[in-house]
Amino acid sequence: MNLTLRIWRQTGPDAPGALTRYQVSGISPEMSFLEMLDTLNEELILTGEQPIAFDHDCREGICGACGMVINGQAHGPERTTTCQLHMRHFRDGDTIDVEPWRAAAFPVVKDLVVDRSAFDRIIGSGGYITAPTGSAPEAHATPVPKEAADLAFEHAECIGCGACVAACPNGSAMLFTAAKVVHLNALPQGAPERATRTRSMVATMDAEGFGGCTNTGECATACPKGIPLSGISLLNRDFLRRA
Amino acid sequence: MGPLPSVFGMALATGTGRRPSTLTTLWRSTVGKKAAMAVSGVVMLLYLVFHMLGNLKVFFGPGELNGYAAWLRTVGEPFLRYGWFLWIARCALLAAVVVHGVAAYQLSRRDLRARPQKYLHQRRQASYATRTMRWGGVILALFIVWHILDLTTLTVNPRGEPGHPYQNIVASFSTWYGGGIYCVAMLALGLHVRHGFWSAAQTLGVNNPRRDRTLKICANLLALVLTIGFLSVPVAVMIGVVH
Repeated sequence: MNLTLRIWRQTGPDAPGALTRYQVSGISPEMSFLEMLDTLNEELILTGEQPIAFDHDCREGICGACGMVINGQAHGPERTTTCQLHMRHFRDGDTIDVEPWRAAAFPVVKDLVVDRSAFDRIIGSGGYITAPTGSAPEAHATPVPKEAADLAFEHAECIGCGACVAACPNGSAMLFTAAKVVHLNALPQGAPERATRTRSMVATMDAEGFGGCTNTGECATACPKGIPLSGISLLNRDFLRRA
Repeated sequence: MGPLPSVFGMALATGTGRRPSTLTTLWRSTVGKKAAMAVSGVVMLLYLVFHMLGNLKVFFGPGELNGYAAWLRTVGEPFLRYGWFLWIARCALLAAVVVHGVAAYQLSRRDLRARPQKYLHQRRQASYATRTMRWGGVILALFIVWHILDLTTLTVNPRGEPGHPYQNIVASFSTWYGGGIYCVAMLALGLHVRHGFWSAAQTLGVNNPRRDRTLKICANLLALVLTIGFLSVPVAVMIGVVH
């Protein structure tokens, strides 16, 4: 496959960025999007140019590092992470636009790399339980109703990639915060700190400069892990009851 | 004892320090402000249902409508003085409009700041109703001013005869601009209610996956019934059914 890429290049957080056009050839349809970028970077290094900076880690769709907006869609045209997006979803001769996550709370570090530590600070303000848990307890020591376990697990799937924020027209982190709050609040271990957790995480989310939710549903559509939009309703309910 | 190190903040937050009042916490957070919008929206929606039903009296002649308008001033007598019920309703509605508008303005400003840079590709995933909430709201706010000047204070009404709403309505809707402004505003209202009703349910945390479909159907039905009900009056005047 031969492709034309238009990639956002930005040397640093305060430097002005711009789209730069690149031609890549010899791309196989089996390659992942990141492998395609690796191929381009190898060529750039050989010609003495700076390679394109992008985040990546596990490359198996579970770490959430590889965030980028491809043709206006977070993680590209398939509902998966960029590392699991394969070039067979593009056609030979396509022009592909690649941009970083766009949100005030996620400043660009370099090229396609953004600073997502705002998410860490939201987690840090209540996305845990304070009781020392020691080693893994006996599975039946704390009974968890099936419904609660399913609800918690569905929301625990969040990998914190930030696609929800990137896709939201308001740069809102409600789906991310909802995933964490609902996951912990649904379980007996998380119940004692339910009120403080919900208040504290929402307060941090607001303080980080994320926008508000206008229920457009873009976040849940973009989420590679399928966190449901209904999680936001559950977060709202918990917050309103405990404010 | 001095303030505790912040690492223990969450564990001890329930027991130490003083939190701001519930209303302050709500208004300061994006989630709470949205709830204020939802509640004020529901208040206005309830009013609109009764307003629309009252309007339909126009089809039963001037006596019916003018009698109904006169009766509205006597509601609550002798406990309330003549006209007081109407003024209480007006104050409540004004409060709802102000809360709704101020919250919308503040949240919108925040949302625009949170997403300072657009993507190259504008995705049109959300429905037309969802995307037009802000401008639709502005149109409705301007319409409310026009509507009050036209049919309450009678300042811009072509007939402007106090105590004769039927004749004033016919006079207003007989002009191209009177009917035109009203029809455009009612279409905007339908769209606003279509997203607003479901969004309010989501914001107040009463939505869940099992209710989602029902709530969306309710929102569509409510929007349709309100739009058709309100539009029937100017259309009837324009085609000469009501004269």
